Order: sequence, then C-alpha cells, then structure tokens
Amino acid sequence: MGYLGGFWVTLRQIGRKQRKTRPYVKDEGGKRDKPVRLHGRHVLNRYEDGMEKCIGCELCAGVCPARCIYVRGADNPPDAPVSPGERYGFVYEINYLRCIHCDLCVEACPTEAITESKLFEFSFTNRQDAIYTKAELVVDDAGLPQQLPWEDWTDAEVVAPLTSAWMRATSPSGDARYTGQVAWSGELGFGVRDPEPAQADSDAADPVRGAHRASTPGAGH
Amino acid sequence: MTPAQVLALDPLLIDVDWGVVGIVVLKVVVAFTLLLVSVLFMVWFERKAVSDLQNRIGPNRAGPFGLFQTIADGLKFFMKEDSIPDRADRRVFVLAPYLAAVPAFLVFAVVPIGGDFSDGNRGVIRIFGHDTLMQVADPPVGILFVLAMSGIAVYGIMLAGWSSGSKYPLLGSVRASAQMVSYEAALGLSVAAVVLFSETLSTNGIVAAQVPWGWNLWATGLVPFVIFLIAATAELNRPPFDLVEAEQELVGGFNTEYASFRFALFFLAEFMNVVTMSAIIVTLFLGGPAGPVLVGPGWMWGTIWFTVKLLGFLFLFVWFRATLPRFRYDQLMVLGWKVLIPLALGWFLLLAGLKVADGADWNPIAVVAVAAVGLLAGYGLLASALWAARRNRELEGEVSI
Repeated sequence: MGYLGGFWVTLRQIGRKQRKTRPYVKDEGGKRDKPVRLHGRHVLNRYEDGMEKCIGCELCAGVCPARCIYVRGADNPPDAPVSPGERYGFVYEINYLRCIHCDLCVEACPTEAITESKLFEFSFTNRQDAIYTKAELVVDDAGLPQQLPWEDWTDAEVVAPLTSAWMRATSPSGDARYTGQVAWSGELGFGVRDPEPAQADSDAADPVRGAHRASTPGAGH
Repeated sequence: MTPAQVLALDPLLIDVDWGVVGIVVLKVVVAFTLLLVSVLFMVWFERKAVSDLQNRIGPNRAGPFGLFQTIADGLKFFMKEDSIPDRADRRVFVLAPYLAAVPAFLVFAVVPIGGDFSDGNRGVIRIFGHDTLMQVADPPVGILFVLAMSGIAVYGIMLAGWSSGSKYPLLGSVRASAQMVSYEAALGLSVAAVVLFSETLSTNGIVAAQVPWGWNLWATGLVPFVIFLIAATAELNRPPFDLVEAEQELVGGFNTEYASFRFALFFLAEFMNVVTMSAIIVTLFLGGPAGPVLVGPGWMWGTIWFTVKLLGFLFLFVWFRATLPRFRYDQLMVLGWKVLIPLALGWFLLLAGLKVADGADWNPIAVVAVAAVGLLAGYGLLASALWAARRNRELEGEVSI
C-alpha cells in the first residue's frame, strides 16, 4: 500500500475496546494497583517504639537536585529525646511545587527515615499547602501517612499499606543473602516485605520483558 | 423630517424593504452562531477522533464524553493574563489576531449551507414572504472572494510572528507566508478547473451546476480535487503541513508570544478555517447542499446533505493528522512547486482543451492525444530543468539531494 497504508493502520484503531491508555477510574470505585516502586509523596518514618528515624543530617537536602528539601537539625533534649541518636530533624520541609520525585533523598538517607509513598493525587491551591512540614510528613502510630485535606485517598486501603518504598541496595557490600535481589526495609506497622527475586528470575517469569531487556544494550544493570 | 426624507439623502436608501434588512441581519447572526458552535464542536471532535485513531481515550472529564472540554478551555483562555512582550510592535501585535480571525468568519458568508436544489430549484427558500438563499451573501465574484480572504489571512499569521519581537515566532511566520503563498497557486489552479466547468464564479451557481449528480469531483477528473485537498491542508497549516507551528523546532510557531484572548482568537481562526475550507471543498467538488429529497421539505435535506458531506471532510482532516508525519521544509516546497503546480496547470490546460473541442465539434480522441503530447513535452522540459538545477548544485559542491 505504500504511502496510503498508514491510513488503514490508524482507521482500524477506531472502536477498539482495549486502549493503550485507560480511563482514570476515580469515580468508578477503586483505582488500579500502583507499581511497587512508584514514587509518590514522601513520609517521614518512625521506629516501632515511636522514635523518629530522622537524625537531621541534611544529606537529603544536600542531594536534592530540585533543592526542595529544607532541614534543620537540633540536639535531642536529654529528658525527652525525639530520635535515638544525638540529633533529630527539628525542621523538615518539602516544597512540592519543586519536588520531582526522583527518590535521591530516599537513597541518601542513612537511617531510612524518608521514603516515598504511593500517594500522588494531591492538588493544592496555595503555596502554604504546597510546603509540607514535618508535622504533616511524619507517619502516625500505625505507620500510615497522614491524610491532608487536599489529598485524594479514595483507594486508601490499597495504597496506604504500601507507604514505604525503601529498597535495600543489592551491592556486594550489602547483605550477602540478597545479592541480585531487591530487599525491603522493615516498616512501622507492616514489618518486612518479601524480597523481589533476582533480575534473571523475574525476566524468566516474564519472557516479553526479558526479551526486551536482552535486546536493549545497557539495560538491566 | 420624516425618516424617509433623511434616508432620501442617499438614493440607495429610498424605499428600503425592512423585511429584507431583517432577513440579512438574521442570516448574519445565524451564520456567525453556527460557525462558532461548529468550532466548539470541531475542537472536541478533533481531540476525540484523533485519540480514537491513535488508540487513546481523549478528553472525558468535562461533561458527557468530554463535550464541554472546549468550553472549559475557552473559559481558561479568558482568565489568563494577557501579556505583550516588551520588544513587540504593540499595534501590529494587537491587530494580528483579528486579521487572522475576521477573514475566517467572512469566508463562511459565501458558503451555501442549505436550500432546495432539486427539480431545477436554485436553492431559493421563502422566509417571511421573501425569496432568499441559505447563505449570507452570493456575490458574483463568489469563489474569488474566498481566495482573497485566505490571502488576507496570511497577513494575520505573518504580522503576528513579525511583531512579536522574538525569533521563533518570526521563523514560524516566515515559513507560514512562504508555505501559504506557494500552495495558493495550486489551490487557485484547481479552483479554475471547477470554474471552467461551472461557467460561473458564484458559489450558488457552482452548486446549481452540479445538480443532481454531476459533481465536479468526477466531472473534472478527480485530479483537481486531490490537488485542492492537499493544497487546502497546506493552506490550513494542518498536519502533515504544520511546519508553521512545529513544536519540536519553533516552540509554538507564530503564536508563541500570544496569550489569553489573543491566542484564543488564533486558535478560533485555525479551527474556523478547517470548517470553512471543508465547506468550500464540499461546495466546489461535492455539490454542496445538493442531494436527493427523501421525505419532508427540500430545504431541510439540503442542510442535512451539506452537514453529512462537511463531517466527512472534517474527519478526513483529523485522519490526516493522526496518520501522516510532518513534512520536511524542502519536501514541502518540492511538493508545492515541482509537483502540484505543474500538475494543476497541466490538468487545467487539458480540461480547457476538451472544453474548446466540445464547443467546436472536434474529435475528442484526437484532442486528448494532442494534449497528451503537449503535456508530455512540457513535463520533459520541466524534468530536464530540474535535472539541470540539481546537477548544477552537485557541481558547485553542495549537498546532493
């Protein structure tokens, strides 16, 4: 068909039930499951005993490419410590007008204090709301993020248990048992998630993606 | 002094029939509203149809099937800050959107959008006891008016880019003016073929000449129709000829510096032009509102047939957009100057020859044979000129094409 073949290619898409994009199903009850590693808004985690994990080291602020994190550490009060270490995050603010959800802060954090939840549906109408303070970011006693008035939580029961997304690196310097696997850190209220299988095994289980990876140079590292 | 005496100062205004004036005002208002509504519809239809063709969903949040998306977009335009760049030529910058939008409105005035063309009627309807046509005006220059207006619309785009005081809009507008001037010639030559057959420039006359099935589409041998369609797509700056606003190269093209209501005017003009150009194709080649009257009054069927044909072309333009990738600039010029214009000119000469032969009772086969020899000779000259030009460029060490 030469030049005109393309017209048939586009025309036969009409009326197809299965679309590449799918509708936003907010009103039809229940949203789609999020990918395990989706980067949503941040949470500040706590230990099982309620202590905050953040030690106010400012590594997250230093690594942030969008410079959206502002941290000020302070010495822990000896009689009522906020975190187990010497210092704690006294001020912690994230500006979501700037955040690009790259997750570098999560990787930089030495204590797994900051992780990203699966929540991404929040639209605020002023600058004050866009800057999340520590009081808003820190998780509650059950380990769940706090719901703010402008956040959409219609699938909370699906999303909320997957608040954290802290992956343990599988570098040789890490835990030898998890070489080649993706392990997850323990979370307040949810314990430890099962590690993901090694890359070669997951590719074997999903031949399409495996073939794609094999044919793409440089992928899969 | 009575009103009659005041009006008598101008001899044209003696004995004014206020019924006629009322009908003219009514027709203007109806045409204006229809065009605006059809633009609202067209924007929605384009987004919805193109997403269908590309296996997507398209707007579905505002109203049922996203029908109110255009209204929401329009409201947003009006709420936006209206800014004029510091380095802009302020007067021209403000004037340009109107130069683009007003001709787009005016072209629609000569399009017959209905009327009964069956049984020797010429599309005349009776309204309030007056005979009138279902088009705002039927000037004797008809189709020339359309070409003139599309010529003026170039100024809107050109001046918009030039007056913005910014380089990307300037590049976009230079492309636009070059492109529209190039394709205007092919467009005009294919219109000439239609006029040759209809023997009138009036749009109403062109429609009446095609009743009932003598559509110019086949009467002129399909070639002028195809050329007109391609040239019209280029005139509209629509894909695959949308180099004027090639996002990857020119940000937004000539309208980069425009915001708010002025941008909305450009947007409006663009989609209005799509609607009017489709209407003109229908008028010129597909018999406009002419068609069989099945049941009920004839004038109603005129409008129905017109709408059906119009929708077909609106879909065709969307289909082009969904299917064809954008032309490179030199490919655009090659197609316009080296293919469409010679072809349109050759075909026009052939049709003119046949017309003369028909009147003089010559043998049509001999006429076609002579014309073919003449056209082939012309093609040979053109091809050798192209070859020589290319050879020269190669000898001068430029990149071979």
